[in-house]
Amino acid sequence: MTASGLAALPLLELTVVLPLAGLLLALPLGHHGARATLALAPIILLVTALLCIEIMWSGAPIERVAGGWDVPLGIALRADGISGAFLLTTALVACAVAVFQAQGGQDGGATRRSTFWPLFLATWGALNAVFVSGDLFNLYVALELLTLAAVAMVAYGSTEAAMRYLLFALSGSLVFLLGVALIYAGSGTFDIGLLGSAGAGDTAMTVAAAFMTAGLLAKAALFPFHAWLPPAHGNAPTPASALLSALVVKAPFFILVRIWFDIGPETSGVLMQLLGYLGVAAILYGSLLAMRQERLKLVIAYSTVAQLGYLFLVFPLAGAAQDLPWTAGTWSGAIFHALSHALAKAALFLAAGIVIEAVGHDRLQGLAGLARDLPMTVFAFGIAAVSIMGLPPSGAFIGKYLMLTGALAGGHVFLAIVMIGGGLLAAAYLFRPLRLMLLAGETQPAKAIARRRQVVPLLLALAAVGLGIAASLPYALLQIGRSLTATEGIE
Amino acid sequence: MSGIMPALLMLCPLVPAVLTFFLREDSHRLRNAVAIGSALLKLALIAVVLLGVAAGNEYELRIPLVPGLYMLLRVDELSLLFITLSSFLWLVTTVYAIAYLGGHENLSRFFGFFNLCVAATTGIALSGSLVTFFFFYELLTLSTWPLVVHNGDEKSLSAGRTYLAYTMGGSAALLLGIVWAEGVAGPVEFIAPLDFEDTGTLAQRLIFVLCVGGMGVKAALIPLHGWLPTAMVAPAPVSALLHAVAVVKAGAFGIIRFIHDVYGIARVEELALGLPLALIASATIIYGSVRALQQTDIKRRLAFSTVSQVSYIVLGASLAGPIAAIGGLVHLVHQGLMKVTLFFAAGALAERIEVRSVDQLDGAGRRMPLTMVAFSLAALGMIGVPPLAGFMSKWFIGVGALEAGRGWVILVLAGSSLLNAAYFLPLIYRAWFKPAPEGAVSAGAERPLALILPAVVTAISVLGAGVLAGLWISPLGWATLIVEREYLP
Repeated sequence: MTASGLAALPLLELTVVLPLAGLLLALPLGHHGARATLALAPIILLVTALLCIEIMWSGAPIERVAGGWDVPLGIALRADGISGAFLLTTALVACAVAVFQAQGGQDGGATRRSTFWPLFLATWGALNAVFVSGDLFNLYVALELLTLAAVAMVAYGSTEAAMRYLLFALSGSLVFLLGVALIYAGSGTFDIGLLGSAGAGDTAMTVAAAFMTAGLLAKAALFPFHAWLPPAHGNAPTPASALLSALVVKAPFFILVRIWFDIGPETSGVLMQLLGYLGVAAILYGSLLAMRQERLKLVIAYSTVAQLGYLFLVFPLAGAAQDLPWTAGTWSGAIFHALSHALAKAALFLAAGIVIEAVGHDRLQGLAGLARDLPMTVFAFGIAAVSIMGLPPSGAFIGKYLMLTGALAGGHVFLAIVMIGGGLLAAAYLFRPLRLMLLAGETQPAKAIARRRQVVPLLLALAAVGLGIAASLPYALLQIGRSLTATEGIE
Repeated sequence: MSGIMPALLMLCPLVPAVLTFFLREDSHRLRNAVAIGSALLKLALIAVVLLGVAAGNEYELRIPLVPGLYMLLRVDELSLLFITLSSFLWLVTTVYAIAYLGGHENLSRFFGFFNLCVAATTGIALSGSLVTFFFFYELLTLSTWPLVVHNGDEKSLSAGRTYLAYTMGGSAALLLGIVWAEGVAGPVEFIAPLDFEDTGTLAQRLIFVLCVGGMGVKAALIPLHGWLPTAMVAPAPVSALLHAVAVVKAGAFGIIRFIHDVYGIARVEELALGLPLALIASATIIYGSVRALQQTDIKRRLAFSTVSQVSYIVLGASLAGPIAAIGGLVHLVHQGLMKVTLFFAAGALAERIEVRSVDQLDGAGRRMPLTMVAFSLAALGMIGVPPLAGFMSKWFIGVGALEAGRGWVILVLAGSSLLNAAYFLPLIYRAWFKPAPEGAVSAGAERPLALILPAVVTAISVLGAGVLAGLWISPLGWATLIVEREYLP
């Protein structure tokens, strides 16, 4: 099939339409929704992969206008390199979660309820919509759908955590919407492409972007808005935890990247610095709390708080001085970090889910001896942990290396030391559960877990490592559609 | 074409490592066949590459990752020295480990990580750039941790924690140094001297301290040596691997690479970094020996002896002079051969006749003669008795020190040799000249042969490396060739 053949297919539309159509299909099916989802998931994965190939092939962003009207009336869809990368990562994680759960995951019966699979597909569709939206209003709608689906999934585990999540997320939405409204008032368009080509706007634009940023921070759980995350991700059912921690919190970050790097309002140095230092605080605070948790899922959830901090370092490193030759590398590094974290974090949560199914709880002190009974799961946990720590050859190492290079080149020695120190802290909180699982002990799993389910987190963890080994391809993909010519200046 | 050999050398331990993880726990024959088969195959590959390099072929494999970051595997004389050593010792250690761990649990996991560890060592030897080196250096840290904690008891897990705390801290410093160096000088390949352009001398010194300090953790330089004696709780084959082939060697090898092939001897001298490093190495030599003298547990005594002996390698590299450099390089091999023999023997003693501390050694020579002959040969080599391997190393380092105008090193060498004698000779004396305790059983002690013969083989190589040091194919001959090519381009 040639490039034009691919272009003839409505791939871009399908990435959003298929999950949402699946949602409508799964609603009446009730708990048979598992089978429908399982049938649909590989198709969406295939569509996403083909879309990435099309982007790579054409070397330019793919744009479509749905609804038959031109921008600004029609719905503009646009997929550039980072859209493709996030779409594909989402599809991989979602497929893995679907396969994992549809093959008999128990987990308190959440997934036996008729609502689970529609919510799962709604999350997937909303994520894809965020990644391909070409205008700010659609981004807002997609983000709301995402939030509601995510909150509902958290509610399976704990209503209280869900309420807290909802409170943070809705406050964030309001502030975000205010920013969107300000932009529309100032420029008369929602279209990201038009806003970006209008050149760096005035101060009003920066203020609007600051509002949107503040709203998104609450949803992205950046320190100090993180308080909702650990109870929500730590108590949700396993497949929900994996989706939330790996992907859902990345969506607001993705929008932030769109706002500050694509629309590119006049950058405020102070704001960029502030985001960076909040990131630093998140790394330190999240890691220290992760070390003190007594439950495996809470360790992993606090680890998410810490790892999200890394992503925000991209703003002081690459946001404030977009003309430095290192910025492109730094920027790509942060995206690598986000993708690698998504794969590895999903692996960690699925592995934790297996542990809970096998022994009935996830208290760290009661996990001695698991390595003997669940070797594959512990191994998967270990490989994913390596990735979270940012050690070679994982994708996170490539990300960290690129960001470090940018940090030292830009004179941000403090940030460089935090990045390296954060890796050591991650090692400290992740080796603790590993150590306890390797301890010779008497824990007897109450229940055997099928190998074909145990292999799922292992594959995800290996994918996170593979991202580092085969880094040149995703790196090339990420550069497509970037306004900065990213390939220059790094050699 | 030239990229195929490095790839094959890498895959040769890597593929069996991955396969082994998936083998069933009770398929012993298959697992052993995979382990020994791949070790033999690798030695054959190395023979081909050795002939190729001698004939002037170049082997290089470059894998681009992202702009400015690539993996580079390259075979040069120094990598061949290390890879030949590690592959030879891999084979004998595998044979030994199979015999030693006969009825243990979790063998697929053990041999999987064991092979992974060898793959990491191979990668370290073949690395052609600092980043590639770091890749495998970290892989080594990660793949040795499960081996250290293999027993799964509280003691080994706490040793594992100490091990990780030290090595990951070291790696963090190393990473910072590498990124800094690449930031100012571009991708750093092992072709000295590094082009620093207009970087200040302070920055150059700091990068050196970060990198060498980071690698000094694995090389167990004081005060960064604390993990090594603690890690002794691991099974004996692991100790042998850690002390002779993989971990401490990776550190020492890295320091040699960094001094010779990144900064270059001349710049190290220019920045006045050689002398401080030589002083730290000397202090480590004396300190390790003194602590070894205080230990009553045989394995712990050997562990402190490693702390001391590995620093000879660093000392040789830090003295600016070709002869000392030869001494350091050749000790990389000699120390490996001697220390692996000592650990094989110590493990056999503990496993077969329950001899673990020094005062239990009485009469061990008659109870396990082959083992103790091997042990005695290696111990005498460590002391530096001619014509054994250790003598050659010390001789070259001493002469090199005089040549470099650092006569005080002779005192360090002499003092250390006395201390070596003081902590090894009583062991030999007890084993051969004291009667065995009442009721000691010795029938069948030296069975199975796979547990005993590896020590004998390596002991013979200790003798051979010393006696045949004049041949070009001996470790000394090869080390001389490396240094000649560096000093006489």
